[in-house]
Amino acid sequence: MQVSNEAVAPRRDPGASVPAVSMRALSLSFGALPPARRTILDSITLDVREGEFLCIVGPSGSGKTTLLRLLAGLVQASAGEIRFRGQPISGPSRERAIVFQDYSKALLPWRTVRANVALSLEARKVPASEQGPVIDALLAKMGLANAAHQFPGQLSGGMQQRVQIARCLAQHPNILLMDEPFGALDAMTRQGLQDEILLLAGEQAMTVVFITHDLEEAIYLGDRVVVLGGVPAQIVKTVDIDLPRPRDQLTTREDPRFLAHRHRLFGLLRGH
Amino acid sequence: MGRLAIGSILPILFLLVWEAANRTGVLTLESLSRPSDILVAGVAGLRDGSILLATVQTFETALLGLAIAAIAGILVGAILGLSPVLERITGPTIESLRPIPAVAFMPLVLMMFGFGISMEATIVAYACVWPILIVTISAVQAIEPRLLEVADVLEMPVTDRLRKIVFPSAFARINVGLRVATGIALVVAVTVEIVLNPRGLGYSLVLAQQSLNVGAMYAQLLWLCVVGYVLNAIIRNAGPGAPVTFWRPVQ
Repeated sequence: MQVSNEAVAPRRDPGASVPAVSMRALSLSFGALPPARRTILDSITLDVREGEFLCIVGPSGSGKTTLLRLLAGLVQASAGEIRFRGQPISGPSRERAIVFQDYSKALLPWRTVRANVALSLEARKVPASEQGPVIDALLAKMGLANAAHQFPGQLSGGMQQRVQIARCLAQHPNILLMDEPFGALDAMTRQGLQDEILLLAGEQAMTVVFITHDLEEAIYLGDRVVVLGGVPAQIVKTVDIDLPRPRDQLTTREDPRFLAHRHRLFGLLRGH
Repeated sequence: MGRLAIGSILPILFLLVWEAANRTGVLTLESLSRPSDILVAGVAGLRDGSILLATVQTFETALLGLAIAAIAGILVGAILGLSPVLERITGPTIESLRPIPAVAFMPLVLMMFGFGISMEATIVAYACVWPILIVTISAVQAIEPRLLEVADVLEMPVTDRLRKIVFPSAFARINVGLRVATGIALVVAVTVEIVLNPRGLGYSLVLAQQSLNVGAMYAQLLWLCVVGYVLNAIIRNAGPGAPVTFWRPVQ
């Protein structure tokens, strides 16, 4: 990687390459003065490695979504610093795609599935003549080929979320941020999409930050799981998940190591 | 029987009763013509082209004023809807200009433009811009914030943001403002013609009254109903809100 920026904060390990994301003592508060002031995140220090699938869990209201919005550049930190590939994050960017939880609000209801995916290509200024094959490939990959000419309102929740993921992939991001993307879906659909996203991330060695309140989902998907807790939120624990890949809904979830992680993380979450 | 056929039973019955009452001497007011006279006057007006000419004059003025109001109202409304700061700055000014009756500007605008289409269209535009502006502001403010975040993340330039996100999501509501304004456009145009401007349907209505041609007066009133209906139908079907109503999500 060629990011060479002398102004980057001193690294602890000069031999290591620049992490995809680095957060240093990151805090976020709303409101100016103490009575109205609410601190959401309190000095978060965390690196996300290139190609890593990082899951963040925490009880609802623990600031998970806010942390992801900081990464997307949709909100600005009150203190501390946050960098993407060495560059400070100052606003939203196409290289950091975000999959919102509320897929029905994030899709353009007046555009067909094709045209929704095309939105990203238009933003990248891909010529209209070259968009067709790219969209076809993405729709085929996300199992949407038959829904290409339907409108989002005509699709099930799972299909709509696939459209949003396809649109995010079409923007050619360097990191995929996912905010409880499968939280509103039924268990069967959720497991199917979990496996697809693992496949996608594995294929392209994509860096993924995945927010969920579902511990098992976090363990099943992640290379590492970060537990957020407390008010304001802090990192309670970071756990390496040593489960082999490819993972499997049955065998992985029955693996004694999976159960041990679940046990340990459950205790951590409850402790807060 | 179609809806139109069923819907025309009542007006036809009404006209027959009116005609009968007048012919039998039950109803003999001077200000009341009878349907057959009105028909004759209407046909005469259509034949010699006077009604059609007046209609074209009123129509083009109302549409011109409406078009000016729509462009200004939608553009300014979109900007104010997207910028809370600008909306707060301009809010009191808008609220103090809006209640001024458009026809109160007639003397001033007459001095600026003289008689003719310009002065009339200006007054129509002033009257029509407010409903469009206010509906557009609220329509743009009501846009799903997620969609604006999608635009942010895709780093869309302002023009694309307006064209691809803001206008399509707001058009269904903006169309309501356009339809309200259409009704206003016709009312104001005819009013200006009756009071001041010597052209169009309003003026020929005044002429008919002054020459005590009651039949022609009624014929033109009825004609105004038709014109209003057609104008509204044009906006409803060609209006930008029409093509986007089909996707309304089924919850």
